[in-house]
Amino acid sequence: MPNEAPSNARGSISFAIVGSGGAGALTAGAILLEAAGKSGWYGIMNRSVGPQIRGGEAAALVRLSNRPVDCMAETFELLIAIDWRNADRFADEMPLTSDGLVIGDPANGGAPDTIAGPDIRQAHIALKELAGSLTGGRENMIVVGLVVGLTGLPIENVTSVIADKLASKGKQAIETGRRCVEIGVQQAAQLGPSFTIETLAASQTGRWLITGNEAVGLGAVRGGIRFAAAYPITPATEVLEWLAPALAKVGGALVQAEDELASINMVIGASFGGRPSITATSGPGLALMVESLGLAAASEVPIVIVDVMRGGPSTGIPTKSEQSDLNIAVYGCHGDAPRIVVAPLSVADCLFTAHWAVHLAEAMQTPAIVLSDQSIGQARVLIDRPADVAFIAKRNILKVVSEEGYSRYALTGSGISPMAVPGTAGGQYTADGLTHTVKGIPSSKKVDHHDQLDKRERKIAGFDYGDHWAATENNCAAGTHADFTVLTWGSLAGAAREAMATLADEGIGVKLVALRLIAPFLKNKFLAALQGSQRILIVEQTRSGQFHQYLRANCDLLGEVRHFHRPGPQLIGPTEICTEIRNWRAS
Amino acid sequence: MNVMQRESFKASDYKSDVTPVWCPGCGDFHVLLSLTKALAELGTGPENVAVISGIGCSSRIPAYTNCYGFHGVHGRSLALGAGLKVARPDLTVFVMSGDGDGFSIGGNHFLHACRRNIDMTYVVMDNRVYGMTKGQPSPTTEPDWDSALSPGGTGLRPFHPLVIALASGANFVAREFSGDIKGTTRTIVEAVRHPGFSFVEILSPCVTFRPDERAWKTQTHVASVEATDDPARAARRIMTDDGFNTGVLYRGRRKPYEQHVTDSSVEPAILEQEFAI
Repeated sequence: MPNEAPSNARGSISFAIVGSGGAGALTAGAILLEAAGKSGWYGIMNRSVGPQIRGGEAAALVRLSNRPVDCMAETFELLIAIDWRNADRFADEMPLTSDGLVIGDPANGGAPDTIAGPDIRQAHIALKELAGSLTGGRENMIVVGLVVGLTGLPIENVTSVIADKLASKGKQAIETGRRCVEIGVQQAAQLGPSFTIETLAASQTGRWLITGNEAVGLGAVRGGIRFAAAYPITPATEVLEWLAPALAKVGGALVQAEDELASINMVIGASFGGRPSITATSGPGLALMVESLGLAAASEVPIVIVDVMRGGPSTGIPTKSEQSDLNIAVYGCHGDAPRIVVAPLSVADCLFTAHWAVHLAEAMQTPAIVLSDQSIGQARVLIDRPADVAFIAKRNILKVVSEEGYSRYALTGSGISPMAVPGTAGGQYTADGLTHTVKGIPSSKKVDHHDQLDKRERKIAGFDYGDHWAATENNCAAGTHADFTVLTWGSLAGAAREAMATLADEGIGVKLVALRLIAPFLKNKFLAALQGSQRILIVEQTRSGQFHQYLRANCDLLGEVRHFHRPGPQLIGPTEICTEIRNWRAS
Repeated sequence: MNVMQRESFKASDYKSDVTPVWCPGCGDFHVLLSLTKALAELGTGPENVAVISGIGCSSRIPAYTNCYGFHGVHGRSLALGAGLKVARPDLTVFVMSGDGDGFSIGGNHFLHACRRNIDMTYVVMDNRVYGMTKGQPSPTTEPDWDSALSPGGTGLRPFHPLVIALASGANFVAREFSGDIKGTTRTIVEAVRHPGFSFVEILSPCVTFRPDERAWKTQTHVASVEATDDPARAARRIMTDDGFNTGVLYRGRRKPYEQHVTDSSVEPAILEQEFAI
C-alpha cells in the first residue's frame, strides 16, 4: 500500500449525479469516468433516464475503483442533485449506504424523503449561485469538482478531459470549466469525511473506455463482419450507430432497414453473397425475425443477430435489463432450427463473444445469436486494453467444381458443406427454405428431410467449442473444495464474481460456472464443470426461471439446488448473491 | 446495370433442368422464357446473376434458372435482394415476386425498395389471385371476385402497384403481358440496363383459378406514347388508362443507392483508437 494513501482510503466508490434533461448530469459522469481512466483507475457508468427520451430527468450512475469492475454497485456513497425535479423516480435505483452523503442546492430545497431518510447525511452547496459567479459557468462542472475533491481524482486529468470535450467551444469555455471544477474542489474540502480512492501501483496500465454495445460492434468487425442491416431499437441502437461509420472505414456498409423483417433478410442476402453479416436488435425485433432465422438455418446461410435484451414481454421496459429473451433465442422458430446462442459475460467480454459468434456462424454456416443486455450494452466501462483474438471467421467456400457437378447441401461427415459464392462459375444453386435435396432442389421426400435436418444438427453438435463455452472460476486456493457453486449466464457473471470476492474474504469457498455458450448445451463439459458441486445456486434475471428450466431440460442437476431469480428492472447485485449463500450456509 | 459482355449466351444457358410446379398454361412459363431470353441478350454469365424470390407460384422461378438463386420466406424477397446487391454490387440482381408476396405480405418492403432505389430489377407476376393456396383474393383482385374465403367478393378496391411504385420513387416503371414474349424480353433488358430500382409488373394469367384472365391476350395493347421522365405525368397516364397498356411507362433520373461493400485492405485495428485513453 503506497504511503501517501490516506488512512480512510477505499477501493471503490459509487456515486450518482441527477438532474433534469440538459442539466449535464450525464456529461459530468462521463468526464469523471474518463478522467478516472487517465488516472489508472477502473470504473463503470450507467445512464438512467425517465421514459421520455429527451428533456426528462437523467441520472449518471458511476462507480470508480482501483480494481477492474464488471457491475454497478447496489448502493451509493454519494448522490449529487443538480436539481430534484422528478429525481425521486430514481429512488429505487440508487439506495444510499448508511455513511452516504447527499448534496443538493439549497435553492432547490432538501432531498425528497424517498431518496434520503432522516439518518442520511445531507449537505447543501449553492451550485447555481457558484456557477453563476462565472460567465458561462455550469452547475454540472461544479459537481465534477465536488467529486474530484471527495474522491482524490487527480484534477489535472479532469481538466485535460474537459479540454478535449470542450475543444470545439473555445478556450474561454475550457477555462470556465476548469475554474468551475476548482470551485467544486474547494467546496468539497468543507464537507467533512471524504471517499478517497487508494491508487494501486499496479493499476497504471493502458485503459480503454468502451460500452458493451460498442464492444459488440468492434468484436463483430474484428471477426470479419462487413455488412449490417438493422432497425433502430432501444437499447441496441448504439451498436448500429457505432457500426455505421466503422464499417464504412473498412470497406463495409450498414443499411437502415424499414423493419426487422427486412433487416434479417438483408443480412441473409448479403451473407449469401459471401460477406459476413450482422444485425442488432432487442426482444421485439428478435420476435419479428424468428421466421427468417429459420430460413438462415434451413438455407445454411451464416448470420449474426445481436439481441441487447430489455424487460419484456411486448414493449416491456425498453431502458432496463432482463435475461428473459433466453427462451426465444434458444427455441424461437417453427420447426427444428438449430442455432448458436452465446452471451457475453461482461462489457469487456462483449468484444470477444461477438467476435466468437461471427467465427461460429461462419464456420458452421448457421445463425448465431449474441444475447447481450441493457446492463452491459449501455454501460460505459474502463477496461484494460483487450488482447487480440487469434481466430477469424472462416467459411468453407467452394473452390473447385467436380465433374459430377456441385451439391450445395452435400452430406459431409461434419455436416458442413462447401458454400458457393455468387460469381463462381459452376457453383450456381438455389438456396431454399423449402426442404431440399443435396443440390438444393425442393423435395418433400422423407430421406431428404431427415438427411438435411440431421446434417444441420450434426454441424453444431460436433463442433469444437474449446474452453470458451463457459467461465469456470474458483475463489479459493487450488485444491481447496468450494462449498458452493454459483451457476449463471451472461452479464450476471459480473455480479457473481464480485460476490465471490466478498465471500472469499469471509472464508466461504465459491465456484463460478458462467455459461457463455448457451446453445448448443454442452452436457458433458457442463457436468464435468459441476463435478463435486454439492450446493448449486442458480442465478438469473427472469420472472419464470428460463435458465433453470433450460438446464433441467438438458441434464440432471446433482446435489442440492437453489434458484435465485427475479425480473428487471433492478439488476441482481453481488450483495444479494452473497446473502443467498450466507443464508444457505447458516441454514 | 451490370453489362458484363462475355461470349454469347443462349436463353437455354440460363434454364435449369428442374421441372416447374406450375399448371399447364400458366403465364409464369412465359415469364421464365422472357427472363432467360433477356439474360441471353444482356450477355451476363449465369454465375453473375442472382434471382431472388419469396413464396408463391411465381416465386418458384429461381430454381428454374441456371443462375444463383434464393427462394426465401414469404414477402421478404426485396430485402434479400437489397442486402445481396449492397454486399455484391458486381452482380445482376433480379427479385421475382407475385401480387400476394409482393403487395400484401411484402407491401412495406415494396415502398422502401422503391424509395431506396438500389440498382436491381423487380419483376412481379401479377395474376390477381393466390394460386398456391388455391384461389384467394390478393391486393390486386377485383372487388366482386367470388371465392370461398370472400363469398361475393372482398368489396375492396384493388390497389395500383404501378402508381405506388411511382409515388415511392421507383426509377423505372413498366407493365407487360406474359404472353408477349418479345415485349417482355425487351422491357426486362431495359429494366436491367436502367440505373436504380426498376419495377416491371407482368400480367401473368392464372389459368386454373382465374380462367377469365385468358382474355388478357386480347385486352393488352402496347402503349401508344413513349415513356416519360415526369412521375406526375406517368401517374396520371397509369391511373387513367384501361389497365392493359403495356411497355415502359416511366424512366426516372434519380441517383441510385450508393453505399456498398468493397474489398478493402483497411484493418479493423484503426477502429480501436477511439477507445484508448
